[in-house]
Amino acid sequence: MSQTPTLPAPVYPREAPARDGVGASVRRADARLKVSGGFDYSSDLSADQALWGSTVRSPHAHARIRGIDIAQALAHPGVRAVLTHADVPGAKCYGLKVADQPVLASDVVRYHGEPVALVAADHPETARRAAAKVIVDYEPLPPLVDPEQALGADAPRLHPDGNVVKHVHLERGDVAGAAAQADVVVRGTYEVGMQDQAFLGPESGLAIPTDTGVELHVATQWLHDDRRQLAACLALPEEAVHVVGAGVGGAFGGREDLSMQVHASMLALHTRRPVRIVYGREESFFGHVHRHPARLHYEHGATADGRLAYVRGRILLDGGAYASKSAAVCLVASGTAVGPYVVPNVAFDLHAIYTNNPPCGAMRGFGAVQTCFAYEAQMDRLAEALGIDPVELRRRNAIETGSQMPTGQRVDGPAPVAELLERLQAMPLPAEPAAGAPRDLRELPGGVSNTTHGEGVRRGIGYAVGFKNVGMGGGVDDYSTARVRVSEDRGEPLVEVHTAACEVGQGGITIHEQIARDELGIQRVVVLTPDTSVGSAGCTAGSRQTWITGGAVKTACEAVRAELLRRAVERCGASDTALAVKGGAVVADTGALLAPVAELVAGDPIDETREYRPPRRTQPLDENGQGDSFLTFGFAAHRAVVDVDVDLGLVRVVEIATVQDVGRAINPLAVEGQIEGGIAQGLGLALMEEVQVRDGIVRNPSFTDYLIPTILDMPPVRTEILEYPQPLAPYGLNGVGEPPTIASTAAILSALRAATGRPLTRVPVRPDDIVEMQAA
Amino acid sequence: MQVLSPATWREALEAKAAHPDAGAIQGGTDVMVELNFDRHHSATLIDLGRVTELCEWERDNGRVRLGAGVPYARIVAELREPLPGLALAARTVGSPQIRNRGSVGGNLGAASPAGDAHPPLLAGGAVVEAQSAARGVRLIDVADFYLGPKRNALEPDELIAAVLMPVARGPQQFSKIGTRNAMVIAACSFAVAFDQTARTVGTGIGSAGPTPLRAAEAEAFLAAALDERGAWEGGRRLDAGTLERFGELVSAAARPIDDVRATAAFRRHALGVMAQRTAAWALDLSLEG
Repeated sequence: MSQTPTLPAPVYPREAPARDGVGASVRRADARLKVSGGFDYSSDLSADQALWGSTVRSPHAHARIRGIDIAQALAHPGVRAVLTHADVPGAKCYGLKVADQPVLASDVVRYHGEPVALVAADHPETARRAAAKVIVDYEPLPPLVDPEQALGADAPRLHPDGNVVKHVHLERGDVAGAAAQADVVVRGTYEVGMQDQAFLGPESGLAIPTDTGVELHVATQWLHDDRRQLAACLALPEEAVHVVGAGVGGAFGGREDLSMQVHASMLALHTRRPVRIVYGREESFFGHVHRHPARLHYEHGATADGRLAYVRGRILLDGGAYASKSAAVCLVASGTAVGPYVVPNVAFDLHAIYTNNPPCGAMRGFGAVQTCFAYEAQMDRLAEALGIDPVELRRRNAIETGSQMPTGQRVDGPAPVAELLERLQAMPLPAEPAAGAPRDLRELPGGVSNTTHGEGVRRGIGYAVGFKNVGMGGGVDDYSTARVRVSEDRGEPLVEVHTAACEVGQGGITIHEQIARDELGIQRVVVLTPDTSVGSAGCTAGSRQTWITGGAVKTACEAVRAELLRRAVERCGASDTALAVKGGAVVADTGALLAPVAELVAGDPIDETREYRPPRRTQPLDENGQGDSFLTFGFAAHRAVVDVDVDLGLVRVVEIATVQDVGRAINPLAVEGQIEGGIAQGLGLALMEEVQVRDGIVRNPSFTDYLIPTILDMPPVRTEILEYPQPLAPYGLNGVGEPPTIASTAAILSALRAATGRPLTRVPVRPDDIVEMQAA
Repeated sequence: MQVLSPATWREALEAKAAHPDAGAIQGGTDVMVELNFDRHHSATLIDLGRVTELCEWERDNGRVRLGAGVPYARIVAELREPLPGLALAARTVGSPQIRNRGSVGGNLGAASPAGDAHPPLLAGGAVVEAQSAARGVRLIDVADFYLGPKRNALEPDELIAAVLMPVARGPQQFSKIGTRNAMVIAACSFAVAFDQTARTVGTGIGSAGPTPLRAAEAEAFLAAALDERGAWEGGRRLDAGTLERFGELVSAAARPIDDVRATAAFRRHALGVMAQRTAAWALDLSLEG
């Protein structure tokens, strides 16, 4: 808020600091708190005199609002405010890229669950009950729910500019010419259902009115972009909006868009009291965007010796009611459309479409999950048509450093795609069950539900490789800011790291500690609560924070170190040898101690703030989908071994093996965590996770019927981590968060096809897709 | 909302008589969810948590009297021998936390067709012991207890005291379909119980109709086939055709719908497969034979 802010509190209280720097498997700072229940999530925030907010949501997927009657709700005892669109102080709409989403619907609702009115009351139950008394007069309209239909010329327009959020036309080489000469052609149409991020901590936060504006504590992915949108909607200058990162219970992209931020702030400003909003699980399904459902049409042509000649296709992404990140998802889908393969001739059209389905936007993998499912299915089909081993076909066409992507961009970082596959294939397979021996139910499809004792069970093995860009692409100015302060505390040097980077569970705080410890040779490092009093860190998204904010922390540490050395020289005279900071002291090459850091900063702390930008600016794609649109890429390959009960359509994944190039593992333990968690999310999409929507109405907004994998569904993971330094990045690191989620789904599907012989062109796979059913 | 917390069974029955509209709550695994979603509309709730006798079971005269509040975790641990079908089903209920709280009385009170306890209760010939302050004990055949989705045969002043379940006199099996390998609500489920003394077959179908169902025709068919072949003690082969026919008759007895958990067609199909498999396991038959 002010120019020289006071330092915020440490984000986690820590006792004995870990000893380890970059490259060590340091246990996460928040691990103990989280497993012991002591961690403060955004839903645990409280303030004196706080009111509770509740949101009135549309029961219709599409309807005109003829009127809103708040009188009864307002008269409900204990209610302090009831607000509608008319009460939004500033801009009526917000959005990450396009401000098309109403803070509160005014004349029309475009999806099931769209916010229409707000209530603040003394008690959460009061607020909920009063919300039920807000009478909204809806005139239901036919929902437009089929993206193909929404794309049609005669479709009703859901937004003034029509129903296309984004169209990318991608063209390279001569597809028609290549098609005329291809020896083998395979075609397929694939579908991806709507996956939810299913983070465990529902949307929540606390808004506190201040003298000049509002202070919002919230679980989010990007404090500064929340502030930008908040300020606009609240008609406040950005300085009057202070956003503080609260404990995040998972994000996976689902907290990039605003949810309760403006709502709680409006209620707080209106009532002049702190306001908490905490969604329940059901509301959370309506409170954030989901992964884009996709329909993907592919045609692959190859020469008889198994070289890809061309790929052409068409991809429709259902963006739902509002734009969110649809355009960026479309960009990533474009860049990953043919997979990590060399394809000289490519033609694609990709559309992200407005419909009356729930809004879709960012989710881990971000467009690359949908394409990978399709292109890897096509590679298996092609291998079969060619009579070539599917891994060999992939290896033969794999991109490598120097290869050109369909967007024209040359891959200049490590791209060990063939090696990933070779290493994966060389890994041992899990043992086959001994014939005739009784088996533990938990190892069988259906698990403890006791559906088979081995009957109908077939084993299948499948491979897939996937990739995604790392960092923000398409010309976005990707940067981060870090403030590093070294002071003396009880005779010891203390490093404080202050950034606005949101820790969403990925382990960024521990990474920043490791970097500062390593750069400054000082053991005691405290990472401070992220807030908007320091410069933007960008979004915790796109597998970018370890690199970009890590880079900013490193750069700020370098500035601090330079100042420490300067002070040491000033005090002790110039040294003949190079100086370094080690073990809390400035030392010479010879090991001679010049001065303890604590003495150099006593009473005069060093405080440096730096911005970091990676050494490449990306560009938007041109009208033919050409351009150096991505910073770099991350690659991972997966092998799935599955047991399928072909009579009941139930599946047990026996093992996932994976090889991933991570550049440099800053924290190998955290890398393994990302890999295993990402695979679990990929397994969920393959086998069970789907927000079921019919006529725009969400049918399963609960963890009773939106299933995510349990410990009995998630198999052991065999992991091999490669470390080929990424030349553009600090320490040679690369982003690791998203690649595990991308090809794991495709590998499971490949294994299921191998086991069943069924085409399985849609995820999640349903039992009906696997079993051969008699006509009823 | 008013919450009554009787200390004894007698007090509980009196509370129910005084508040016939009251709902009952035991482990809360179902009622609390209903409350959270505002789908529970009783103005009064009778908390049975202090009524310790509901959490006891006893065995005499060839049957188990299972208190309505005995949690599933204890059924798994303590009743596997006398009530194998119910113990198998209990193992598939929710998570360890849910099994520590949930009970057969809760399943019966809620009368959801998806309740895991229903198929083995039907297959095993259970009797529900309802009780009221005014009229005392009333025994209800479990097959007559389910009236419709979330509707049961209790009178407004009655509470469920216990379930009377014959000790198994032959093999029992249970199988349940869900698209997750644990902690899943049944897309459909099936129980079978063989009474080798009376030479009868019992069945129960879950989550494939407005109420839990028996497959009476399938029961009679399989019993007759076992009689004919002298196969009641297992070890003898039933031909694949007989088991297939049993599966078909079980499928035919279902009245499934399409919903978020499965299609009707899949439910019918899966019931047929489960019926064949569970019968084969129970009789130690080889399906492939």
